[in-house]
Amino acid sequence: MNETTVIELKHVSKRFGRILANDDVDLDVLQGEILAVLGENGSGKTTLMNMIAGIYYPDAGEMYINGQHAVIRSPKDAFSYGIGMIHQHFKLIDVFTATENIILGLKDKGRYNLSEAKRQVRAIADKYGFIIDPDKKIYDMSVSEKQTVEIIKVLYRGANILILDEPTAVLTPQETETLFSVLRKMKEDGKSIIIITHKMHEVLSLSDRVAVLRKGRHIGTVDTKYATESSLTEMMVGKKVTLNIERTEPVNPVDRLTISDLTVMNREGVKVLDHISFTARSGEILGIAGIAGSGQRELLEAIAGLQKMSEGTISYVDPKSGETVDLRDKTPMQIRELGVRLSFVPEDRLGMGLVGNMDIIDNMMLRSYRRGSGIFVDRKKPKDLAETIIQDLQVVTPSTSTPVRRLSGGNVQKVLVGREIASSPTVLMAAYPVRGLDINSSYMIYNLLNVQKANGTAVIFVGEDLDVLIELCDRILVIGSGKITGIVDGRKADKEEIGSLMTKTVSFSEGMVR
Amino acid sequence: MNIVSMIVAAVQQGIPLLFGATGEIVTEKSGNLNLGIPGIMYVGGISGIVGSFLYENSLHGAPINPFLGVFIPLICSLFGSSLMGLIYCFLTITLRANQNVTGLALTTFGTGLGSYLGQSLTKLAHSETPDISLIATGSLFRKSFPVFPEKIRWLGNILFSYGFLTYLAIFIALFAAYFLKRTRPGLHLRAVGENPATADAVGINVTAYKYGATIIGAAIAGLGGLHFVMEYLGGLWSSAGFGDRGWLAIAIVIFAIWRPNLAILGSILFGGLYILGVKLTGPIASIFGAGTTDIFKMMPYVVTIIVLIISSIRNRRENQPPASLGLPYFREDR
Amino acid sequence: MNETKKKVSEPLLQISKRDAMPWWKSYLVRAAAILLALLISGIITAALTKANIFVLYKTMFVNTLAVVKKNKLVFSVTKLWTILQEVAILLCVALALTPAFRMHFWNIGAEGQVLMGAFGCAAVLITLTGKVPVPVLVLLMIVASIVGGALWGVIPAIFKAFFGTNETLFTLMMNYVAAQLISFSILHFGWGASKGMNYTGVINLLGANKRVGWFPSIFGQQYLMNILIVAVLTVLLYVYLKYSKHGYEISVVGESENTARYIGVNVKKVIIRTMILSGALCGISGLVLVAGTDHSLSTGTAGGRGFTAIMVTWLAHFNPAYMALTSFLIVFVERGTKELSTAYAQISDNLADVLVGIVLFCIIGCEFFINYRVRVHLPKNRKEGKAE
Repeated sequence: MNETTVIELKHVSKRFGRILANDDVDLDVLQGEILAVLGENGSGKTTLMNMIAGIYYPDAGEMYINGQHAVIRSPKDAFSYGIGMIHQHFKLIDVFTATENIILGLKDKGRYNLSEAKRQVRAIADKYGFIIDPDKKIYDMSVSEKQTVEIIKVLYRGANILILDEPTAVLTPQETETLFSVLRKMKEDGKSIIIITHKMHEVLSLSDRVAVLRKGRHIGTVDTKYATESSLTEMMVGKKVTLNIERTEPVNPVDRLTISDLTVMNREGVKVLDHISFTARSGEILGIAGIAGSGQRELLEAIAGLQKMSEGTISYVDPKSGETVDLRDKTPMQIRELGVRLSFVPEDRLGMGLVGNMDIIDNMMLRSYRRGSGIFVDRKKPKDLAETIIQDLQVVTPSTSTPVRRLSGGNVQKVLVGREIASSPTVLMAAYPVRGLDINSSYMIYNLLNVQKANGTAVIFVGEDLDVLIELCDRILVIGSGKITGIVDGRKADKEEIGSLMTKTVSFSEGMVR
Repeated sequence: MNIVSMIVAAVQQGIPLLFGATGEIVTEKSGNLNLGIPGIMYVGGISGIVGSFLYENSLHGAPINPFLGVFIPLICSLFGSSLMGLIYCFLTITLRANQNVTGLALTTFGTGLGSYLGQSLTKLAHSETPDISLIATGSLFRKSFPVFPEKIRWLGNILFSYGFLTYLAIFIALFAAYFLKRTRPGLHLRAVGENPATADAVGINVTAYKYGATIIGAAIAGLGGLHFVMEYLGGLWSSAGFGDRGWLAIAIVIFAIWRPNLAILGSILFGGLYILGVKLTGPIASIFGAGTTDIFKMMPYVVTIIVLIISSIRNRRENQPPASLGLPYFREDR
Repeated sequence: MNETKKKVSEPLLQISKRDAMPWWKSYLVRAAAILLALLISGIITAALTKANIFVLYKTMFVNTLAVVKKNKLVFSVTKLWTILQEVAILLCVALALTPAFRMHFWNIGAEGQVLMGAFGCAAVLITLTGKVPVPVLVLLMIVASIVGGALWGVIPAIFKAFFGTNETLFTLMMNYVAAQLISFSILHFGWGASKGMNYTGVINLLGANKRVGWFPSIFGQQYLMNILIVAVLTVLLYVYLKYSKHGYEISVVGESENTARYIGVNVKKVIIRTMILSGALCGISGLVLVAGTDHSLSTGTAGGRGFTAIMVTWLAHFNPAYMALTSFLIVFVERGTKELSTAYAQISDNLADVLVGIVLFCIIGCEFFINYRVRVHLPKNRKEGKAE
C-alpha cells in the first residue's frame, strides 16, 4: 500500500444551531486505501463527509488535499480536487438515460457527442467491472443500477477520491458483493475510497482502516487487521452513560398487540420488513433499536394502518372485552371505529403528525374533529386541550393560535405527544420522539411515556440512543435490515450486545424470536 | 372548396398556433408554465403593427424598402414579446410569485395592451373602420415563392404559397426539437425543467436557463401574433380577430406531448379542424346542422383533454409534463 | 444561516424566508404596492393625455360615482349599484374558487364552469318559459345552473383523484369546450337573437312572459337581489370553510396529504366533493349573471371573470374580506378607466385591462417582500443592510 496522504483534516468543527455535529475532528485518508467511517446515527459521519464534498463548509479547522491547503465551498470545488461523493439519496433525473445523467452539467471540449460519451461510460464500466446499459432510463433502473450511475458519474468527472454514504443500505447481499469487488478494483487502480457504513462485517471484510466517530468526535482510526467486531463496537458505542431515567416495574402486563409474520414490500418489490413477529404488552415500554432505515418506519405505519402489508397479522386485544380484532388492511378510520385507541407519534412531525401552517388548536383537532354528529367542528374542547398541554408540558408559545411551524423543535414535539396521549391510548407508538430535543424536553418526554406505562398503555418506543433505550425500556427489540435480530431485557442488556445485534444482518431463528 | 386550398388554409391557420406552441414548449421545458402566452402573442402582433405603422407613415408616399419593411416589424415584435417574457421571469423567478397567477395577469395585460394600442393607432390613422390597414407591409410578409410549373401547380400551392414566416415557424419548431434532443444546452434545459435541484447540484445555472428559455419562448410565441396580423390578415389589425388562439397554442403543447416536431402536425391539424368547421358543407355538416363550426372548433380542446387523460393513465414517463412544471425552485428552500 | 459561507463569493443580495411579518406591516406593504400601481397607471395615463395627474385621479374617482346633471356633478346611485353588482359577481366567482385553491387544486376552469351555469339557466329559461309554472321554472333554473357548473368542475377532479391528471391544464381546456358548446347550442337550437347569431337576445324581455325568470327588483333596485345572494354565499362559504368538518378536511388535504392520510381522511373523496362544490358555486355565478344581470347568453357571458377571479382569490389569501376589497379595486380601476375614456379622447376603455394588469403585477410582486427578507451585501465593506 502506498503511504501518501491524500486528505488531511485538522481540527474540523461544524455546528448546526445548538447541535455540535463535528467537534475538532482530525482525520487522514491515504492513497489507494479503503477507509471505513463507522459510527452510530447522529455521530456526525455524514456531516464530516459532506464537508469534504463541498456540501457544507466547516465552521473551524483546515483541510489539506495532497498536502496543499484546500478551500472547498461547493461540489464543484470538490471535483477540482478530484473528490466525488455518492449520496444516499441519488440526484438523478428520472427521464434521462444513464449517459445523459453522467455527463450532465459538464462542458464539451468539442462537439456535443453522446455516442462518444457512451463509449467512455462503457470504458469506465469495463475497467472496474460495472454492469451498465448507457441507454437505459433511470426510471427503469433498480436501486443498485442507479447507484452504479452515480458512481460512474463521479468517475467520469475524474475523481480520485470517492466517498460513499451507506452504499449498501439499499442493496441486496449479491449486489453488495458486486459493489465491493468494484471498489476493490478501484483501490488497486490507486483510488482512495471512503465508505460510511454501520455494518460491522462489511467494515471487516472490505476496509483497510476504520475511523470511528462518536457524538461528533473522532474516537480513533485503527487498522482493520488489528480490529475485531467487539473492539469496534466498544469504540462506536462508548462507555455506558448513566442518565437516571426512571423505570418502574410493569404492573400486570398482558398481551395487547401481537404482530406475527408482518411483511412489507417497498415499491421496488424489496422486503422492507421480513416476517416480523413480537408482542407488545400493556404497562410496559417496548423499545425498538436499529440502524436508521431498517424498517422501523414501515413497522409503525403498518400497525397504524398507513402501510400495505403483503403478509402477516396484527391482533389487538381489547382491554375491556378481552376480544381480539385483526388490524390488518384496516384504514386509520376503521381502526378508530373498532374502538382501538391507538396513538402514533410519527418521525416526521411537521410533515405527518402536525400541519405546520395550522395553529395549535387546529392541530389538536386532527384527531378529534370528527367527534359529534353535526357538520360543524367543535373548537372549544380542542382549545381547552391546547391550553392544558401548553400548561402541563410547559410549551413555549405566544398563544394557542400560533402556527406550530413557528415553535421550536422541542415545543413542536410536546404539542404532538401531548395530543397523542390526550386520548388515553391503549397503544402508544412513538418514533424518535426525542430527536433534536434539548435535555429538559427529552426528560419530559421520557416522563410522559412512563406515565402512560403506569396507566397500563402498551408503549412502543423507537429510539436511536442506546443509553436511553437501555434505561427507559422494559424490553428492547432489535431489528436489522427488516428482520428481528434479537429481543433483550432492558434491565440486563448492555450496549455492546445491542450494538452488535443492530449491525448483524443474519436473522435469528424463528424460535429464538418468540 | 378544393382539397389544395383547404390544406393551404389549414397551414395558414395553424402557423400562429405553431409559433405559440413552440414558444410555450421551450418555456415549459424550463419548468415555467406560462399562461401569459395569449397576452404575449397579442403583444407580439401589435408591436409589429406599431413598428410598421410608424415606418409606413414616415415614408410619406415614398416606396417601401423591402428589407426595412420586414425588419422593423420583426424586431419590434421580438422586442415587445421578449419584454413580456421578462416581466413573467422577474415576477416568477426573482420575486418567486405564483406562475399561474402571474401568467393570467400577463394575459390580461397583454390583450389589453394589444387592444389599446390598436384602438389608438386607429384613431391616429383617422380610419373610418375600426381597423388598421398596412397593406404595403402585409404584402411583403405575404410574398411567396414563384409559382410552380402548371402541371404540378397543386403541389407548388401546398408547399410554396406562404410568406417567409411560415417557413420560419417550421424551421424554429424543427430546430427546437433538435436543440432539446441533441445539444448540450438542450439537455441542461430539460434537466432544469425536470429536476432543478439536481441540475443545480451539477453546476447548471438554473436561474439563467429559466430566464433564457422563457424569454426566448416568449419571443417565438410573439412571432405567432406577427404572422397572424401580417401574413394571415395581410397587414390588418382588428381587436377581436385573434380570438382564443393563444389558448389553442397551449392545447397543442399538451397534444404534442411537449415535442416541437409533433407540434407542427398538431397545429396544422387544429388549423384544419377550424377550416373544416367553417367550410364544411354536405353530409357531415348536416349531422350537426347549424353550429357545425363550433363542433369543429371544440374538437381541438376535446382531443387535447383526451390526450392529457390517456397520457396520465398510461403514465409513460416520456409523455408527462416536465416534472417541475409550475413549481418554484429556490435553492435556500432545499 | 450557513448559506453565506458555502458560496465562494458572497452574493450581493441574500434572500431568506421570513418567519412572519406583523400583520400591520404586511398591510402597509400591500397598500404601498397598490399606491405604486396607481402611481404608474397615473403616469402612463398622464403621459397619454398630457393632463395633470391629480386631475386625472379626481376625474377617475368622481366620475366613477357621479354624473353631470344641469352642469353639476351629482352622486349617482345607479352607478354605485352597477359597481356593487360587478363587485358581487367577481366576488362570487372568487368565492367559488376558494375551496379548490385551499385544497391546492388549481381550478383554472372557473370561466367554463360559470358559462355552464349560465348555459343551464338560460336553457331552462328559453325552453321552458310558459310551459311550467313560474316557481318550478325558477327551481329548474337554479338546479340546472348548479348541475352545469358542478359537472364541469367534477370531471377534471375525478381524473385528478384517480390518475393524477394535471388539473391546471385540464380545467383550462374545459373552458373552451364550454364556450363552443354554448355557441353550438345557441346556433343549433335557434336561440340566437336572429338567425345565425351565436348569442341570444334578452330573454323574456317583452310580451306575455315579460321578466319571467328574472330576479325581482327589491326596493326598486334591480341588482340588490344579486348582491344579497353573493353576500349570503360569502357568509355561508366562510362558515363552511372555517367551522365545518368538510372545511377542516379541505385545509388538511391542501396543507399535507401525508397528514390527511395519517388521520384517515379519504383524499380522493375530498378532492371530488370539493370540486363539485367549487363548480356548483361557479354555476350559481352563472345563474346570477343570466337571471340577475344580463338576461341573455353568449360565449362572453362570463366575460373573463373566471380568470380575474383566480387572481383575486390567490392574492387575497382566500380571505373573503380581502377578496371583496381586491374585487372592488379591480372593478374600480376598470370603471374608472372607462370614465376617463369618455373624458379624454386619447384613452379608450381597453386601457382598463392594461391598468388592471399593472395593479395585479404590483400586488403579485409585493408578496415577495412580505414573505422574504432581503439582505444587501455591499461588496466593499460587507455591511449587512436590510431592505424591505
